[in-house]
Amino acid sequence: MIRLTNLTKKYGSFTAVNGINLHVPAGELFGFLGPNGAGKTTSLRMIAGILQPTSGTIEIGGVDIARDPITAKSKLGFIPDRPFIYEKLTGAEFLRFVAGLYGQEGAEVEHRAREMLALFDLEEWRDELVESYSHGMRQKLIVASAFVHRPQVIVVDEPHVGLDPKSIKILRDLFREYVRRGHTIMMSTHTLETAESLCDRIAIIVAGKIAACGTMDDLREQSSHGGGLEEIFLKLTGENAARDLVDVLDA
Amino acid sequence: MHSPASALPDPKLLHLLGPKWLTARSRATTADTGRGWRLLVLGSVGLLFWAFIFGVLYRLLRYFRGVEEIGPLLAGKLLGLILVSYFSILLLSNVITALSSFFLAKDLDILVGGPVDWLRLYGAKLLETVIASSWMVSLMAVPMFAAYGWVYDGGWAFIPYAIALFVPFVLIPSVIGSGITLVLVNVFPARRTRDILSVVAVMTAAGLVLLFRLIRPEQLARPEGFRSLVDFIAVLRTPTSPFLPSEWVQKGGMSFLVDRPDWLSVYMLWASAAAVLVFGAMLHRRLYVSGYSRAQEGAERWARAGKLSALLRNALAPLGVLRRELVQKEIRLFFRDTTQWSQLILLAVLVIVYVFNIKFLPLRTEGVTRIIQIVIPFLNLALAGFVLSSIAARFIFPAVSLEGRTLWLLRSSPMAMRELLWAKFWVGTLPLLILALTIIGITNFLLQVSPFMFIVSVVTITGLTFAVCGLAIGFGTIFPQFETENAAQIPTSFGGLLYMMTSVMVIGSVIVLEARPVAGYGAARIYNTPVSVGEMVLWFSAAAVLCVLATIVPLRVALRRLERVER
Repeated sequence: MIRLTNLTKKYGSFTAVNGINLHVPAGELFGFLGPNGAGKTTSLRMIAGILQPTSGTIEIGGVDIARDPITAKSKLGFIPDRPFIYEKLTGAEFLRFVAGLYGQEGAEVEHRAREMLALFDLEEWRDELVESYSHGMRQKLIVASAFVHRPQVIVVDEPHVGLDPKSIKILRDLFREYVRRGHTIMMSTHTLETAESLCDRIAIIVAGKIAACGTMDDLREQSSHGGGLEEIFLKLTGENAARDLVDVLDA
Repeated sequence: MHSPASALPDPKLLHLLGPKWLTARSRATTADTGRGWRLLVLGSVGLLFWAFIFGVLYRLLRYFRGVEEIGPLLAGKLLGLILVSYFSILLLSNVITALSSFFLAKDLDILVGGPVDWLRLYGAKLLETVIASSWMVSLMAVPMFAAYGWVYDGGWAFIPYAIALFVPFVLIPSVIGSGITLVLVNVFPARRTRDILSVVAVMTAAGLVLLFRLIRPEQLARPEGFRSLVDFIAVLRTPTSPFLPSEWVQKGGMSFLVDRPDWLSVYMLWASAAAVLVFGAMLHRRLYVSGYSRAQEGAERWARAGKLSALLRNALAPLGVLRRELVQKEIRLFFRDTTQWSQLILLAVLVIVYVFNIKFLPLRTEGVTRIIQIVIPFLNLALAGFVLSSIAARFIFPAVSLEGRTLWLLRSSPMAMRELLWAKFWVGTLPLLILALTIIGITNFLLQVSPFMFIVSVVTITGLTFAVCGLAIGFGTIFPQFETENAAQIPTSFGGLLYMMTSVMVIGSVIVLEARPVAGYGAARIYNTPVSVGEMVLWFSAAAVLCVLATIVPLRVALRRLERVER
């Protein structure tokens, strides 16, 4: 469903993403992990069609996003890490607007929007302007907007930021059920427990390159580490070489 | 070394201002392509502006100086009027700025949450407010004082004396403005206060413009309207506003220039500044914590779909789902943002003033030739075009920049960027076209133009409206200000300046191209000579081609630019 071939992104002399090759098939929930500044957000924003790759290709459902962006993007829903949306629209108007961007309207969209708002406890807020929503409520509205047009693929950057435990649980169930129906999700997260329990496969990206990729068993094998995802992640990203905490606190 | 356990942290005032200073320094020193050019253009325009103000005042004051007896009175009266208007602008600007700096700024969470003394916080934020709201008025004051000092031989000593007068003059409205905001925020939620203030500010400005124009102050400049010279001098001697700091600055300044320094005025200014500062600090101590807490509360903002919304939806139905949603979004965002729609009040006043001025043009009086009766309606076109390009700078130029933070949504959706530009262009152009045709229709009626001039005006203003809108969208996309949230600041950017210059050049070129056939027509009417149809077709076609190019080329460049934006 998502295929990345030699995907590279450079900002001047700095290479943020360095020749990534990846295939995420339909019906898979794929986790994208890495330390801060490793290139996760840049990769996801390229897949969503927001950033243009310096080189390499991105295919969504077999369609090259550079050659036919409209068709490729019509299969996709994107959830960014920062919930910037139109402050002067109401929640219901925002969902209607997003559906309209995908050429969808009518009773079916209204019904779906209502269902999504109810799922995230936003129904009472549907006619209130977004400017009065909290950070978490905005994040939930963006998640709802990504599902409202029924995409085949969802690309999510840090879905849990600002969400309460109940919403996180709802989101996890939603993602699992969505993937069970044959759709695809590619998700970046720093919550390793979520990644370990939720994702079918995981890639760990370090300094713009994929350091390891596969199921939990594959990762254990590739990292020559028998522990959980946290230990594997720290080993691959070199975080275990962090300073002695005692020295830091006494400094 | 560890501090003693009993010593409480006490960050200094300069430390609190540190981030602002570092940000300004970083902005000034960061290498940026084209920055040199930008500075050069802005510097040149600024210098020209200064030279213009200085030149006008210099000529006027030279004339006043030559008038026996009442010359210094006239100069003082003029200074008083300028300072009163500065004082009103400063007061209003401080009330609005204080709302941002004291209650909505992003650094307040750290400062209010940190162990910062209330007086230091007040000092830091007041200084920030003074600078942000007074820099423009202070810059405008430089050529004004320079002209007074020059004409009345103030000498070098006038410079520190003028500074000593002006500093407390700027400080007083700042403290009062911050105090008004503090009280308002304790009564209304901060966001609601911002809405109320923006409407009040615009209505005040609009009211002042309207009042100033409708009383026709130029008539007061005619002494023959007064019964005697004694009456006239008596009016001039009456203080404009004896209890306002502007009066003290005027009195102090003029005394220095025509007689000797008036230290009482200087004392009054500094003593008042100190007194309001103490009072402001006491008010801050008493009300700030509760006000800041209230400012964090959001006002409830409901918006249910009404009949108007349904009507709009039905009217836009033929456009298809995508375009309809884009257009509806633009309209909703505009009319729900008080800082945006309230500008329409000012716009309406500008139009009224414009039409009012046309109405009172003495075109039918003796000595006005027939050629002037043809030239004036033609120049009316240029002026109307300039009014339109100013409106487009305020409302259409910022359109793409305002999309900055939500561009991720549009870029990741299956929508061609041309659709976005299409919606922005038409949502801006149609209302502007209606306005343009209304202005031209009414003014042409007042000027009693011939059918030929009427057709020329209507067709030309239509072409100019499209060109001005194309340029506004084009330059707004080529020089976007994605990080600026305040739409009113966007037109003052470098791109906004370039847009205005280009727009004025296009309007001027169209007028020049049409001048020849219009003059030919005028001459033919007066002297009963035949009209050269070939020449008319040639020049009018050239003007039409220019309008079409000015509409299409910027839009095409904008589209290419928008497709490459990465946000």
